[in-house]
Amino acid sequence: MRFGVVRFPGSCDEIDALRAAARVGEAELLWHAERDLRGADAVIIPGGFSYGDYLRPGAIARFAPVMEAVARFAAEGGLVLGICNGFQVLCEAGLLPGALLPNLTLRFVFRQVELRIERFDTPFTCACPRERPLSMPVKHMSGRYYAPERTLDELEAGGQVLLRYAPGHNPNGSLRDIAGVTNSAGNVLGLMPHPEHAVEALTGSTDGLSVFASIAAHLASSASATTRAGSKSAPAIAA
Amino acid sequence: MRARVLVRPRAGVLDPQGQAVQRALEALGFAGVSDVRIGRLVELEVADPRQLEEMCERLLCNPLIEDYEIIAPAGGAADPGAAQLDSVLGVERR
Repeated sequence: MRFGVVRFPGSCDEIDALRAAARVGEAELLWHAERDLRGADAVIIPGGFSYGDYLRPGAIARFAPVMEAVARFAAEGGLVLGICNGFQVLCEAGLLPGALLPNLTLRFVFRQVELRIERFDTPFTCACPRERPLSMPVKHMSGRYYAPERTLDELEAGGQVLLRYAPGHNPNGSLRDIAGVTNSAGNVLGLMPHPEHAVEALTGSTDGLSVFASIAAHLASSASATTRAGSKSAPAIAA
Repeated sequence: MRARVLVRPRAGVLDPQGQAVQRALEALGFAGVSDVRIGRLVELEVADPRQLEEMCERLLCNPLIEDYEIIAPAGGAADPGAAQLDSVLGVERR
């Protein structure tokens, strides 16, 4: 399988995302001005400060040519993972619900956090460890997840809240400790913590690798299911 | 023509920047200050002011978290409140 990692002017985590993805599959960069995803099986929108974070983080990046292709890909059920600034871009693009507001402390936060996974029956968490929280770094200025109360209730009811900060680990004032949400179809995930920075024991944790491994395992299992069914149709996406 | 767009945090959206400024004002001895909200002012030259609303909806404002208000410059017919705002702010326009 192949990951496409988008690079905007101002991205800074695309190389780490590329290296993390390359541990479980093939991976290549996609320049923001491109209009097709060159056959990628999954797309990563990485962290950074796309277009300088001018106006609002993600507000300008969402109009990049490559995002039209990402929106089409997502609408067809393709797997899209937005990390940090990528999460902000996906929210601004309307591919994910809610918005990321400046941290409650008004300070840039950089620390290791523990995350609780709410569901394991998803393309992004099916290979994650179940017996303990995941440990990953956060590093951001605007990571406070916000959505109106009614939307939050709908997200919880629909199983769209996939990741929460463990008690005492909410670094930014996110409502209901939300660290990551999916769209209603479950094929687009945005999260503020950085799985791509948690793939080497040297830097404190390898838990992030399980997110990339989940995507690869999900695509492999849906590909083999498709082969068994003798169908050429697109792989089914877990809700 | 010259136009201004005021973008504010929506009612109900916590504004920690406004809270910090409020505390600073109180620390300076200003009494009776409350509900400080910090927004953004966008000034722009536009050929067709009828497009301003779409600009706000699509880019300048995120309607989930922000409200916007379009203010035409003094002399513009689009917003009778503009001259009033200009006089409050002490802005003189050609």
